[in-house]
Amino acid sequence: MAPLLFYLLSALVLGTALLVVTSKNAVNSAMFFLISLLGTAGLFVLLDAFLLAAVLVLVYAGAVVALFLFIIMLLGMKGGERPPLSHFAVLASVVAAAILGVGVLSFVKHGQITASIADAAVPATGAVLKSYSAQLFTTYLLPVQVVGFLLLIAMLGVIVLSKRFEGMEESK
Amino acid sequence: MDLSIYFNLPLWLRLAIQGAAVIAVLFPIAAACSMAERKISAWIQGRPGPNRTVPPFLAGIPIIVPILQNLGLFQLAADGGKFVFKEDPIPGHVNKLYFVLAPILSMIPALTTISVVPFGAYFDKAGELVPIILANVDVGLLAVFAVASLGVYAIILAGWASNSKYPFLGAVRASAQLISYELSMTLSVLPVFLWVNVPGGMGTLSLFDVVQSQSQPGLWGGMWYVFLMPVSAFVFLVALFAETNRLPFDMAECEADLVGGFHTEYGAFKWSLFFVAEYCHMIVGSAVFVLLFLGGWNPLPWIPLSMVSDWLSLGDNPVLLGALATVLFIGKVLFFIFFFMWVRWTLPRFRYDQVMKIGWQKLLPLSIGNLVFYAVVIALLERF
Repeated sequence: MAPLLFYLLSALVLGTALLVVTSKNAVNSAMFFLISLLGTAGLFVLLDAFLLAAVLVLVYAGAVVALFLFIIMLLGMKGGERPPLSHFAVLASVVAAAILGVGVLSFVKHGQITASIADAAVPATGAVLKSYSAQLFTTYLLPVQVVGFLLLIAMLGVIVLSKRFEGMEESK
Repeated sequence: MDLSIYFNLPLWLRLAIQGAAVIAVLFPIAAACSMAERKISAWIQGRPGPNRTVPPFLAGIPIIVPILQNLGLFQLAADGGKFVFKEDPIPGHVNKLYFVLAPILSMIPALTTISVVPFGAYFDKAGELVPIILANVDVGLLAVFAVASLGVYAIILAGWASNSKYPFLGAVRASAQLISYELSMTLSVLPVFLWVNVPGGMGTLSLFDVVQSQSQPGLWGGMWYVFLMPVSAFVFLVALFAETNRLPFDMAECEADLVGGFHTEYGAFKWSLFFVAEYCHMIVGSAVFVLLFLGGWNPLPWIPLSMVSDWLSLGDNPVLLGALATVLFIGKVLFFIFFFMWVRWTLPRFRYDQVMKIGWQKLLPLSIGNLVFYAVVIALLERF
């Protein structure tokens, strides 16, 4: 049952991810992104990582994609036909895909995963709330801090960009 | 009572039966809420409410039929029948796919969230209290929040697909409101879980464990969290009104300035799906509130279910005890449904800027301050 579900969900995630990039209508893209995220949450559930699945649905599917839709709707009520890709964008995506492909290939060929560690680690970290948070505050403390700092910078940037400094400029 | 026939069925069939049974209770309650709403509004406004409809072939029967007639139950059946059989037009200017998809999307989260909400408990053969629940997952509350947060797509898509002004405005307002109040709601329940998860414990977000920690003996153990954390309960309740789009927060509908809000273009069965979904959200939200702050299936504070089962010696009768617990729980939930309606017919609607101001400038600082206060207090209590 589990391998079958894994293949079904993986196909769903990858297929909808492809449709996100290729579909013409921006609202359709956002909805495919939503399905892709739900599929990813399903993959987490297969790994017994219920916490990660719930958080993924809560934050990404529940709030981030909703904000995407919100912006799309505010910018153009029709959902907007997407303008054709520029040459630079095509070049960039081809290079990115090539790098990703090479990375996956070299991982498959030369990567070493010792099965025993992988099996032992699967249910441990993401499944139990306590061990997950303990990992966040010990092993992964630095990445968490860095990501938090990045988010803070992004938040300040949004405030600077969206706030109108009309009164200040007049006083100059 | 011989239940072995049921337990000999394959697991998937039993799970399917359980799921269908829960929906078979939830769905009629949600539908009946619409009639309760009309009756309660009539009662508050000093008028009789719907009391005329009766099928002709039943009209002569004394006592029972006039009571049902006065309660408006035949009106409810007639309304339900009307929604199913009346013509369901799709306007020409809409995006058909999303227009049809939106009401369905509104039902899915509304009916899914109930699967992680425990609604009763009984003692198994070993004397352990076992919850009556469809899926007893450790992340219970987070799963409720996660799935409930998907409800916003029904409103966004309905408003956008309708392709006309008022639904669009309603959808934009409602989605901004839902996203804003989600923050306060999540922050307001954190003190409860700080209190439940004592150091050295497993670390859990399960709703069953929250009820268990309100059923302990002693002054502190038996106290419901509404007494221990009144600010949390208040913030959660206000955010619950906003999340379920109920007055005084029904920016999604707002018929005074938006015709009908996001469902202006909808009629017949699709419209009724939106409304049953709203009532389902109310029921699940009330259930979560009852579990977190009002002791779940415990009849009174300091009197847990186990004490009642000792008095009535129901400890070895799981069916009766489970039924008693479920009835107690549903009774509390129904009181909350009444409370929702009471507020709706008492308070006027907030203006949109007031809704945003309350959400971001009042509730959010209040819930953050509340969280910091309880974190400090709990840390000090652990120290000494």
